[in-house]
Amino acid sequence: MKADKHLEFEKITAKALPEFEALSPGHRACPGCGEMLALRQALKGLGPNTIVVNATGCIEVVSTPFPQTAWNIPWMHVAFENASAVGSGVEAARRALLRKGRLTDADTTIVVVGGDGGTSDIGFQSLSGALERGHNFIYLCFDNEAYMNTGVQRSSATPEFAWTTTCPLGSASSGKTHKKKDLPRIMAAHDIPYVATATPAHPLDLMNKVRKGAAVKGPAFIHIFSPCPTGWRMPAERSIEIAKVAVKSNIYPLYEVIHGEYVVKRNSKNPLPVSEYFKLQGRFKHLTAQDVRTIQDRVDATMDRLLSYARLSDDTKGRP
Amino acid sequence: MGLRTGIEVSLALAEAVGLSRADVIAAYPITPQTHIVEHLAEMVAEGRLDAEYVAVESEHSAISACLGSAAAGARTFTATASQGLAFMHEILFIASSMRLPLVMAVANRTLSSPINILADHSDIMPERDIGWVQLFAENGQEAHDLTLQAFKLAEDSQVLLPVLISLDGFFLSHMIEPVTLISQEEADAFLSPCTLKPRLDPAEPRTLGALGGPEVYTEVKQQQNEALCGAVPVLEKIWNEFSGQFGRSYRSLETYRLDNAEIALITMGAVSETARSSVDQLRERGIRAGLVRIRLWRPFPVRELLSSLDPIPCIAVLDRMLSPGSVNGPVALEVKSAFYQHSRQPRINCFVAGLGGRELSRRTFIEMVNRSLAGESHDTPSIHLDVRHA
Ligand SMILES: Cc1ncc(C[n+]2csc(CCOP(=O)(O)OP(=O)(O)O)c2C)c(N)n1
Ligand code: SF4
Ligand SMILES: [Mg+2]
Repeated sequence: MKADKHLEFEKITAKALPEFEALSPGHRACPGCGEMLALRQALKGLGPNTIVVNATGCIEVVSTPFPQTAWNIPWMHVAFENASAVGSGVEAARRALLRKGRLTDADTTIVVVGGDGGTSDIGFQSLSGALERGHNFIYLCFDNEAYMNTGVQRSSATPEFAWTTTCPLGSASSGKTHKKKDLPRIMAAHDIPYVATATPAHPLDLMNKVRKGAAVKGPAFIHIFSPCPTGWRMPAERSIEIAKVAVKSNIYPLYEVIHGEYVVKRNSKNPLPVSEYFKLQGRFKHLTAQDVRTIQDRVDATMDRLLSYARLSDDTKGRP
Repeated sequence: MGLRTGIEVSLALAEAVGLSRADVIAAYPITPQTHIVEHLAEMVAEGRLDAEYVAVESEHSAISACLGSAAAGARTFTATASQGLAFMHEILFIASSMRLPLVMAVANRTLSSPINILADHSDIMPERDIGWVQLFAENGQEAHDLTLQAFKLAEDSQVLLPVLISLDGFFLSHMIEPVTLISQEEADAFLSPCTLKPRLDPAEPRTLGALGGPEVYTEVKQQQNEALCGAVPVLEKIWNEFSGQFGRSYRSLETYRLDNAEIALITMGAVSETARSSVDQLRERGIRAGLVRIRLWRPFPVRELLSSLDPIPCIAVLDRMLSPGSVNGPVALEVKSAFYQHSRQPRINCFVAGLGGRELSRRTFIEMVNRSLAGESHDTPSIHLDVRHA
């Protein structure tokens, strides 16, 4: 797999972790918040020359109760569904001002941050539009699989069968009846230079993916699996473990789409059964054996499809 | 001196955006605003205007991109109408609350349903509380001049607020009118280059758009309102400067033949020209009519209104929007409220007319005057003119 070589970037290693902290401690996220863990890592990957545009959601709310702010880098929030459009404006303005000589630093990275709701639901259109227009920013989607800020309501990213407050359990309901929207795949369909999936349990991988996103010219989209102890009904100390199990069970495959070519991180030949993932979370405690089998089949099929994309990318390499 | 030429008003407005050397234009097309944004796209394409034209995928994104652009320190413009303005609604409040200077033109068009592309003020009136400076142009010259003035006002360090210019869709936006176009040298002498400091600056990190609870929310709103009201003296200064340089004078409202008047019409926008000629006609017939045309809608010029209407006993207000379930349309409510604690209580009638592009002719204004003088009392609900019954 050589697709990596298309991208030149300065790789972060365990021995040389950036010391930079974009967020001050003491913000109001719940203990073990996967979003905040991943956000910290992502911004370490980018450093201080970064502007953040944030959609409404947990990250925005926990980090900026006036007169306090956790942010040590410039940060802007306007509303829930429009962060990509605001980011488009920031990027376009900076392009104009650089051209006119009113700005000199061309290396600033613009990052747009949204939750799964702000990305795959209400902010979907503005994101799609911004990607189509090719704005040079990195979009980070922190997917905790529900609207957590408003109290754990379902989103299109909530997985099938999961409990949320708007797909509750009852005699006529056993959780969400619809499948999770496959956002990274839709993002890749925009033919942008870089799409990746990541988790806070794989910090070096996450930081380097963010760096790659910053290195490409044009939009990059990074989907970050973000465990939420509060909404997933699990102990705070389980966040990292659950993200690891999600990857090891292929519930959440790690992959990149670099200039259209899939690079899939293959797990061991024997992935964990998905039941290992479900049993750690209260939101799935009602699952039947049949539900688990349904998901296992889907997860296997998705992994096969991803690997076939990757093989395809490989096969098409080096052809005349 | 600028060149006096026949030009479509939309183009005259777009030319003024160019003369202002806007850095970023983010817009989404909607009739009857299209000629403004098409012309701007053309100016950028021809290299006449060095700006980023962001062809967004919706009005919601247009206004959102404008907020990002203004925060990044760019001179920013957008334009919309009707459904597009309604779609922006949520973000319009945030623009003013965050004190982000930008300029927007609204080619007034009614709101669905039924879907209808023609003019009235149903789109702009529901936006009266967005906290922007709001101006109404009557003709092409004003659309051109106000645009240049709007950037100067929006970016003034005492103001830092978004500014909106309304122009009636089609009836003004698509008219070809004689306009004295300002030259680039004149424009540069009047409006200095954009000096907004980028508020999003890695060298000086700030948090914009934070969460504000009950302990600060009220104060934020108070300060915002003070800033909006404080924009008036700045605007007056800008108007003085403008008339000094260009010889065209502007005020928050224009009056016509109010001397010795027994009745005053109150209008806004392009139809005021028709209203003026109705006043002439009425005067010829011995009816002492006059006119007040409101140019500055927000902040509402209460003092100027009261003094210009003194001592006229009867007032007929034209509302180009039906406010369902309310006694009157928004303009009449504003006028009545201005008089509420005044020692003098003229008779004030609200006439709702000209909806969805229905013609407003001299006949309309003459009917308003006749019915008002016939003694309809000031606490009556709106009078709906020209309603045809099946
Ligand atoms: C237009 C609009 N609709 C609804 C809301 C209420 N709201 C605020 S945040 C939020 C959910 C955020 O969910 P997500 O994007 O997944 O982020 P999370 O809080 O889970 O990190 C909702 C529904 C809003 N602020 N604006
Ligand atoms: S609710 Fe979930 S996402 Fe929100 S702060 Fe708490 S742990 Fe983080
Ligand atoms: Mg979420």
